[in-house]
Amino acid sequence: MVTLRNFVGSYFDSNRLTTNDYSWKPKDQLPQSAGEYPKEEGEQLSDTTTVTNYSRNFPMLLHDGGDDPMDTIRCVACQICERECPPQCIYIEKAYDENGKYIKSPAKFDIDVSVCMSCQICVEVCPFDAIVMNSQFELSTPDRFGGLLLRRDDLLKSNDYYHQIHPEEAAARDQKMADEKAAKEAKKKAAAEAAKKKAEEKAKAEAEAKALEEAGEKGKEEDSGKEEAS
Amino acid sequence: MGPHHPSTHGVFRMDVKLDGETVVDLKPVFGYLHRNHEKLAEDMSYLASMPFTDRLDYFNSMTNNWAYALAAEQLVEIEVPERAEYLRVIMAELTRLVNHVSLVGFFVNDLGALGTPLLYAFREREKILDLFEQASGARMMCNYFRFGGLRCDVPEGWLDRAREVTDRFPKFLDEYEQLLCENEIILSRTQGIGKLSRELAISAGITGPMLRASGVAYDLRKVDKYGIYDRFKFRVPYGEEGDCYDRFMVRMLEMRESIQILKQALADIPEGDIMGKAPRVFKPKPAEVYGRIEGPKGELGFYLIADGTPKPYRYRVRPPSLINLTVLRDMCLGQKIADAVVILGSIDIVLGEVDR
Amino acid sequence: MSEISHEPLLKEFSDAHWDEAACAVIVPEGKARAVAEWLLEQGVDYCSNVTGVDYLESEVKEKINNEAGEEETVTRTEPGRIDVVYHLYSMRDQTGPLVIKQRTSRENAQVESLTPLWRSCELQEREVFDLFGVDFKGHPDQRRILMWDEFEGHPMRKDFVEPFDYEWEPTPHDEILEKHKKGKVIV
Repeated sequence: MVTLRNFVGSYFDSNRLTTNDYSWKPKDQLPQSAGEYPKEEGEQLSDTTTVTNYSRNFPMLLHDGGDDPMDTIRCVACQICERECPPQCIYIEKAYDENGKYIKSPAKFDIDVSVCMSCQICVEVCPFDAIVMNSQFELSTPDRFGGLLLRRDDLLKSNDYYHQIHPEEAAARDQKMADEKAAKEAKKKAAAEAAKKKAEEKAKAEAEAKALEEAGEKGKEEDSGKEEAS
Repeated sequence: MGPHHPSTHGVFRMDVKLDGETVVDLKPVFGYLHRNHEKLAEDMSYLASMPFTDRLDYFNSMTNNWAYALAAEQLVEIEVPERAEYLRVIMAELTRLVNHVSLVGFFVNDLGALGTPLLYAFREREKILDLFEQASGARMMCNYFRFGGLRCDVPEGWLDRAREVTDRFPKFLDEYEQLLCENEIILSRTQGIGKLSRELAISAGITGPMLRASGVAYDLRKVDKYGIYDRFKFRVPYGEEGDCYDRFMVRMLEMRESIQILKQALADIPEGDIMGKAPRVFKPKPAEVYGRIEGPKGELGFYLIADGTPKPYRYRVRPPSLINLTVLRDMCLGQKIADAVVILGSIDIVLGEVDR
Repeated sequence: MSEISHEPLLKEFSDAHWDEAACAVIVPEGKARAVAEWLLEQGVDYCSNVTGVDYLESEVKEKINNEAGEEETVTRTEPGRIDVVYHLYSMRDQTGPLVIKQRTSRENAQVESLTPLWRSCELQEREVFDLFGVDFKGHPDQRRILMWDEFEGHPMRKDFVEPFDYEWEPTPHDEILEKHKKGKVIV
């Protein structure tokens, strides 16, 4: 009886279906149809049936756009994520210029996605908002070891792409970064002002001291003048 | 018998001695999924073990997270903000629904009702997992709790969707009860099977719905009142016989109570912060703590020893599934071999937690 | 929920002592069974958690007042030990916890099994036996539980050295790769 009701009901009521519940999604964001899978080779869309814009899969590195992503890469190879990563799947080497100076970017940044467990700890510990979660999940490859090791250039994604897949989160993160930057600048400004004030005070104090000194000298001179006069 | 495929009850083996069809001896064999979670956790920072707790009992990652966070919060005294406490309760109760509903599905699957009831159960589970995905980013390995709060606030409109799911759930339960609870086959195969006496249940440290089915109304939500459970009105259902049918019914009734808690929590949830003042580097002073919560499977406890470094000196999980298996032999002796499967199903084990 | 007071226990068993730092009662050697029986009579009917903790031999720096009355820092060696920890509750009175510990040496680790009193210790004591190598006197069925029977060593001990990794996976950053470079891996 219940089975029959469910069977008949499944034709009219989406809640009786075992498929995904899209009732909360705006109409225009509904996936057109699930039957197109697989899509064209290499193409990956964020609206493939099961991916919502909250899901997370594997990490990616952010850059702020530009022709050469390495110019605007946010990662400074501080290696905090490498240390904190629970399954130890991140491998970082710092980059050095020809003089052997550390140039605050990674020379190597590898993530072994066969080990990664998508826990998002690296995203949380990163102080530079340089690493975030991607929702790309079609990673199948015929090469078991090399193919599942994502290199730095595979991981680099632009901030625009991040906005596309996780709009709310990305906006919040940008806001946070802007706030931090503003706070930093305000701090800098305050520090500069304080320094200026300090310098002014110092100058004032110096001037006063000088004046005092001068007065003293004058007094002395006067004294000496008096002495001389006497 | 076994080891089975991990998607049933897990890779678990029973050495069964039979006399005809009657079980005369039974020895459970564990360890196929052992990964020494405790040793791993002793070698990493406190926060880094959080995602590993998801993988203990992979049906209930939220409650696992909570038990660990609760223990760690005792180490450094962090106040959890109001909204985070409410969200924790909501997540834990949703998890309980997920666990019980899929357990009931698996249980009738073990009885031979292949497919249909399980699929109905999974249909409802899917709706809750969708909620989890929107809040935490992952359906099952949520990794959502943090020491002192939660990782992030729920997205806009999430609470409304949660209310919708909660309101719809009782209707499904009615239907499900109509389908299963008075079914003649289920009655004859579960009533009087695998009886567990009250004394043995207490002595063997059985916890959760299994203990309550044996007639002991011991629920840590009532006893410990951890989190903010003292603010909610709910009842603790318990059985009388301690047989498989009671264990099954206690879970059905518990789902109703969970919905009551959910309704209250979703109505009262305040606005505000979701993260307390947690230290940036989690480095507790030397201490020993034991935090426990009422997980859907029983008492889930974490025993932590801190020695002043960022890594725990000792990290121990009290797995309810493993300890509930203590009495498997006692319940199965003298029963038929086909009933041993049903009894195992009614214990509700997840091998990720048994073997750790 | 109120805690179970440890005072009556200390009164009853004069050679048990209270460890303030760990909030636990250290049970004298060989008396664990008697203590447990007494506790069971008092209504402590539920043993929640059993586990072991391994302490290596360590050097402790201590400030003491010497004979001249001056403060002095003394280094003394704390011998290694294994604690077996029991977390006890009472379901009857809904109170708890009370933590009791049995201490034993690392070399010849042997304690009394409490399984005859609380069945819940059965699998957990087997686990402690497996992972820490503590021998439980009077345990009905003491075998390895999580590791396989042929396994040697006790992995949860702090000085356990992992054997060479059989389940080798070539990750590019591990110590395992180092081992691989040294040619220790048969691929």
